[in-house]
Amino acid sequence: MNEYKGIWIIGEQKEGIIQSITYELLARALELKGSRAHEISIVIFGNIHDAELKKIRNVNADYLLQINDRRVDYFLPEPYANILYDLVQKRRPEIIIGGATSSGRTIMPLVATRCRTGLTADCTKLEFEEKTGHLLQSRPAIGGNIMATIKCADNRPQMATVRPKSFSSKLKTSEKILEIITMVPEEKLFSSSVKRIKFTPISENSSNIQESDVIAAGGRGLKKKENFKLINRLAALLGGCAGATRDAVDRGWAAYPQQIGLSGKTVSPKLYFCAGVSGSVQHLAGIKTAANIIAVNNDCEAQIFKIADLGIAADLFELLPLLIEKIEKSRKSVNDKNFSGAEHE
Amino acid sequence: MKIIIPIKQVPETGDVKMDSATGTMKRDGVRSIVNPLDLYAIETGLKIKESTGAHITVITMGPPKAAEALKEAVAMGCDDAMLLSDKSFAGSDTCATSYVLAMAIKKIADYNLVICGERATDGDTGQVGPGISAWLNLPVCTYISKIISAGEKILTAERLVEDGYETLEIKGPCVITVVKEAASPRLPTLSGKIRAKKLTIPILGPSDINAHPEHLGLAGSPTKVVKIETPKITRNGELIIPKSPEEMEAAADKIIKYFHKLDII
Ligand SMILES: Cc1cc2nc3c(=O)[nH]c(=O)nc-3n(C[C@H](O)[C@H](O)[C@H](O)COP(=O)(O)OP(=O)(O)OC[C@H]3O[C@@H](n4cnc5c(N)ncnc54)[C@H](O)[C@@H]3O)c2cc1C
Ligand SMILES: Nc1ncnc2c1ncn2[C@@H]1O[C@H](COP(=O)(O)O)[C@@H](O)[C@H]1O
Repeated sequence: MNEYKGIWIIGEQKEGIIQSITYELLARALELKGSRAHEISIVIFGNIHDAELKKIRNVNADYLLQINDRRVDYFLPEPYANILYDLVQKRRPEIIIGGATSSGRTIMPLVATRCRTGLTADCTKLEFEEKTGHLLQSRPAIGGNIMATIKCADNRPQMATVRPKSFSSKLKTSEKILEIITMVPEEKLFSSSVKRIKFTPISENSSNIQESDVIAAGGRGLKKKENFKLINRLAALLGGCAGATRDAVDRGWAAYPQQIGLSGKTVSPKLYFCAGVSGSVQHLAGIKTAANIIAVNNDCEAQIFKIADLGIAADLFELLPLLIEKIEKSRKSVNDKNFSGAEHE
Repeated sequence: MKIIIPIKQVPETGDVKMDSATGTMKRDGVRSIVNPLDLYAIETGLKIKESTGAHITVITMGPPKAAEALKEAVAMGCDDAMLLSDKSFAGSDTCATSYVLAMAIKKIADYNLVICGERATDGDTGQVGPGISAWLNLPVCTYISKIISAGEKILTAERLVEDGYETLEIKGPCVITVVKEAASPRLPTLSGKIRAKKLTIPILGPSDINAHPEHLGLAGSPTKVVKIETPKITRNGELIIPKSPEEMEAAADKIIKYFHKLDII
């Protein structure tokens, strides 16, 4: 087991642009590394723009293992898993951390199973066990009711996925320059039984909810589809995305990609604002890591207030229009005075 | 066309109560249900059955009681069921679970498609589907949101990713995991319920599926749970209850101040 060394993170690119999850994973790895001397390698499939390569040159990682072959510019399960498995066999990392993204959640279990090793999904905390140096992986379980800490003591590599946006992607630059190693996998590893014949993007409004710093969400308390415009308007004014509970999605007031919670998305925005949301365990499971939560609900006993930093027990149909009006007014006065900076009063 | 659908029986999460002293789940009075996300897998299978006349086998690994979940799937219209239950399966992580399911699928043989749910609401990992495909060395596509056409050799489907939908052509036999968008589950029918009641479900153990003991249960699970905690959900936030238009006004101002503090507006 001792021949397994170093931490790998599975970075992601899209159309040559390195995705935020890469930096989030790197920040995690660096924090882990802080407690022990491990070399960090970033694995990325597909071509990356030169300007992007410059960005990660001095982020304090040791290696970039790059598979810059056009055939893996976008995700395909078999080539990705075959190549990663092959790399693991040859270079033997001790730890692999991937994003809990649609691709990460697919190749990580494929590779873990082939390596006959453990994989912990959706970790919120990673740390080394003091005495043994094993990786302790903590994650919420049973609808967020408990936190379980999991360990993979006898098998290597130790593998974990972490949810996007559950960690800051801010990185310090360092003196160290990343060494780029171009991997040239064997031809047969590229073969795929899956063919990607088309890609249809989702409208930007709902697609990037996980990336958004601000989310305004609505639930059944909105009462009908038309009223959901209040949430959309507020989200737009705050420069964020509109989210919804499952109830609101099931009623067709919002689209499924906007659903937040256990069977929807997990989000960690700077601000989560919600109205007419009761705060069911399943919904809370998706917003627990939000930095700030503001909730409006006319039932002062609502569960959502337990987790809110600021709660207003009021009728949303009175409060939201008032709020919207006030923000619009302050916007207008800002524009009128042609302010450039922070003072909006 | 032959379809296999692995489903799981899970506790109704809404019912789950935690024992704050011990940090464990209070199992009494918690109802067991078919993993809600597996209902979409079942419905996806039933839709294919309607258009191509496929034969569907539902399988589960779990305690004898998990047969209830299989019966519910049969009541919805699945044809056959198989329960994998044995003491040696206890304590399985996703690696060991997917091994047992894979060996059972191998035993069933001649299948074209395996449909899993996106994830189980208790374990909540979404790893078992890809795990099964790895043990069987089959292609896998996760997050399938729509079946466009299901042939015995080629499946055309849409896959939901962060920023859109991929249209994929997958050579069978293959494993897919489906998301909620894929189908809206039907209710069991009366005739289905009667059929389910009459059906004897075979219970298989390790030797029936040629499973190696070393890959089973706790011993075959690379991951071990070392600690369980009940996280505190309360943030001790402030709650304002406005009682007059003026207080409502003040509450709105308070929210706006908060927005400013966060540098949002
Ligand atoms: C397996 C499983 C998975 C699930 N996954 C998810 C998930 O991912 N996401 C999710 O959200 N849910 C999920 N659910 C559903 C969840 O249990 C709840 O049913 C749902 O979150 C409730 O949505 P809601 O808060 O919009 O509605 P409700 O619970 O009906 O709450 C509406 C709230 O609006 C308030 N209200 C009403 N009128 C007003 C008014 N005029 N002004 C202010 N407030 C008002 C009410 O007081 C109430 O608190 C899941 C359930 C299961 C079983
Ligand atoms: N014990 C089990 N028996 C049968 N199928 C299972 C079992 N556990 C998981 N699955 C299947 O794998 C999917 C993902 O589960 P999980 O990886 O546990 O989140 C589920 O939706 C089921 O289709």
